[in-house]
Amino acid sequence: MMDFAYWLPIVWAVILVAAISIYVVLDGFDLGIGMLFALERHEGRRDVMVNTIAPVWDGNETWMVLGGATLYGVFPGAYSTLLPAFYLPIVFMLVALIFRGVAFEFRIMTRGTGREKLWDFGFMAGSGIAAFCQGAILGGVVQGIRVVDGAFAGGSLDWLTPFSVLCGLSVMCGYALLGATWLVWRTTDVLEAACRKWAVWLAAGLFACIVAVSFWTPLLHAPYLRRWTEWPNIVAVAPVPVLVVVLGGLLAMGLRRGHTRVPFLCALGWFFLCLSGLGITVWPYAVPPGLTLWDVSSPPSSQFFQLVGTAVLLPIILTYTVYSYRVFRGKVTQADGYH
Amino acid sequence: MQPAHDIALLLARFQFAFTVGVHIVFPAFSIGLAAYLAVLEGLWLKTDRAVYLDLYRYWIKVFSIVFGMGVVSGLVMSYEFGTNWSVFSRRAGPITGVLLSYEVMTAFFLEAGFLGVMLFGMNRVGRGLHFAATCCVSVGTLISMTWILASNSWMQTPRGYMIEPGTGRFIPADWLAIIFNPSFPFRLVHMGLAAFLSVAFIVGATGAWHLLKARREGRQASGPVRVMFSMAMWMAALVAPLQVLAGDAHGLNTLKYQPVKIAAMEGDWESKGRAPELLFGIPNMRTEHTDYAIGIPLVGSLILTHSPDGRVPGMKDFPPDQRPPSYVIFFSFRIMVALAMLMVLVGFWSLWLRRRGTLFSSPGFHRVAVCMAPAGFIALLCGWVTTEVGRQPWTVYGLLRTSDSISPLALSNMALSMTVFVVVYVIVFGSGMGIIARLLARAPQEGEHQTRPSHAPDIMATSTHPRVIDPSSDQGT
Repeated sequence: MMDFAYWLPIVWAVILVAAISIYVVLDGFDLGIGMLFALERHEGRRDVMVNTIAPVWDGNETWMVLGGATLYGVFPGAYSTLLPAFYLPIVFMLVALIFRGVAFEFRIMTRGTGREKLWDFGFMAGSGIAAFCQGAILGGVVQGIRVVDGAFAGGSLDWLTPFSVLCGLSVMCGYALLGATWLVWRTTDVLEAACRKWAVWLAAGLFACIVAVSFWTPLLHAPYLRRWTEWPNIVAVAPVPVLVVVLGGLLAMGLRRGHTRVPFLCALGWFFLCLSGLGITVWPYAVPPGLTLWDVSSPPSSQFFQLVGTAVLLPIILTYTVYSYRVFRGKVTQADGYH
Repeated sequence: MQPAHDIALLLARFQFAFTVGVHIVFPAFSIGLAAYLAVLEGLWLKTDRAVYLDLYRYWIKVFSIVFGMGVVSGLVMSYEFGTNWSVFSRRAGPITGVLLSYEVMTAFFLEAGFLGVMLFGMNRVGRGLHFAATCCVSVGTLISMTWILASNSWMQTPRGYMIEPGTGRFIPADWLAIIFNPSFPFRLVHMGLAAFLSVAFIVGATGAWHLLKARREGRQASGPVRVMFSMAMWMAALVAPLQVLAGDAHGLNTLKYQPVKIAAMEGDWESKGRAPELLFGIPNMRTEHTDYAIGIPLVGSLILTHSPDGRVPGMKDFPPDQRPPSYVIFFSFRIMVALAMLMVLVGFWSLWLRRRGTLFSSPGFHRVAVCMAPAGFIALLCGWVTTEVGRQPWTVYGLLRTSDSISPLALSNMALSMTVFVVVYVIVFGSGMGIIARLLARAPQEGEHQTRPSHAPDIMATSTHPRVIDPSSDQGT
């Protein structure tokens, strides 16, 4: 095997996982804030919640477009099997994201017409459904799909299992936690206090979900179990669960002692560990259980051309993303003369 | 081929046409409007005339809605290739997927990254940086158009590829040849001008509407109304004729590389010299004849070859299974051309009124301008239908058939997703249009920045503006 053709897919797998992680983290708290609309009924405080993300949500969602486009260009074999396999959850996720995306503007623009309730609901339900679908798709990928001759050969509801439903609920819970801890960081007074309270419950729920998924995943396929239990693998992978527990302790402490940033950073840490855990589990498969990274790759001439651009552009993108977050840094409060 | 596959194929094609047809309007709107906003803010910085800032604040509200709808409808597109056209994705992804990724990295992030500053950041970053953010967003929309048209043009006139034996994948061999394929420069110019023209007619119609309203109420129209109407009419007068020239050049390019598309657009069956230009007709694919044809002698040859004796192609020169459905593009092409003529006419009319000094006091002309509001967008959609339906029966021209590109999906899935998309798009984008119409029904005021329309994301309106306690952030203006 040519070295180039061997290494390029690995480099791309790392970049893609990084892009998905960035997406999950950034859009995670966006979607979480949408779901927290279910707990916060006060219009003014809802506006504050939305205002903490209004200037940045477009950029956050762009990481999802990048994920889709990268999969399409770099791993077309995965793009063309996974997307038909998860046809229904993808369609529902897209529709949900449409509703919540336009709701940012529509819920304000329609105020006074009687239709603003529809868009508040769209923002909340859209966020919840999108989060659930993303989790279910993730779970569905881990449990694997049926592929014959490089094309999806299963049924349209194959993805729907107790495991994928659990993953969907876990992601909902996780995003809500990210949203609550983000608001602890970025808001004040009543809202901050409420979010602290919600975050405790959400953290407990997410911890339970992580434990359940962690024990269930190795039972799906024999190689998954070996990855986590066989010597010497176990030495390399053991820090993951240990760190999950440590971060959980830090998170609880941060919430109780009134830290503003620590809870959010701990929640981010949890997401990072969970995604790493999933990566360790399915490696080196792109479409478990049959197709590896190399099976689904586009030719080196495609992957290399795109890598050159990515190496230049991604750092630039990260730079101005950070800049735009800095422009809008600081606590957000309910505006004067609002009610 | 079994009937279920045929119906699924038809649904998948219809779904793509529908979702991209809705989508294409918003990026085109964004391209034109972002450039307009950049010009307005630039003029404001240069002349310090408040009227430009008023217009900027007026149109940025529309922009924020249009842009959001463009983002969410575009998200659908980036996944639809995989869900509905998985064979196409697997085989052409090494080329089209890479081009799409470049679009995301060079354009989408640039637009989204600076949109927040553009919408909410005026009193945080200062005038110069804010203008830079507006320019970044505008440049982002143009870069985005460039990549997607490179990809689209490659599907029309593929170059720079090899076909991998066994898998049938398109392997990139020469990226410059792929990007700068023969139809790309023509399509880029034609589409770019179409976006500017579409927005010019929307802005012009809004101005005309408020001129008429002011006249009805017996008062003078405000400064911003007059300035925007005048700017839009300049655009119409300058860009509409340019667009006709660009369209002509694009047509000649198509004649060279996709002659059967031209034959189908013209409803011509027999190749001949001294060909007429049909004004009307109903092309019949079965009998291979265009019924009820009414034509002007010689003009067909004149337009396509710039010579009355020139030879134009006929569909019978090509096997039946390689002919696009003439009965669609014959009409879409004619609607586009007719609207283009009307737009040119409006442009010249405005020049004449301007010379006479009655541009702002000609209600008849203003009524025409209001009616022409959707002209640019309808022409744009018709042009898009002409070029994409004219590409049939191929996805990658001459190499990969549309019927071989589709995902192995159950018909029920396709039908469900189609229904969901139609319902959701009608609700969401219908509401969006309604909101835009309401924003435009209110005239721009002198001192637009001082009025605070309730909760609109006006860049100075503190009512929704994220207020900051952080004391280190007061370095802005």
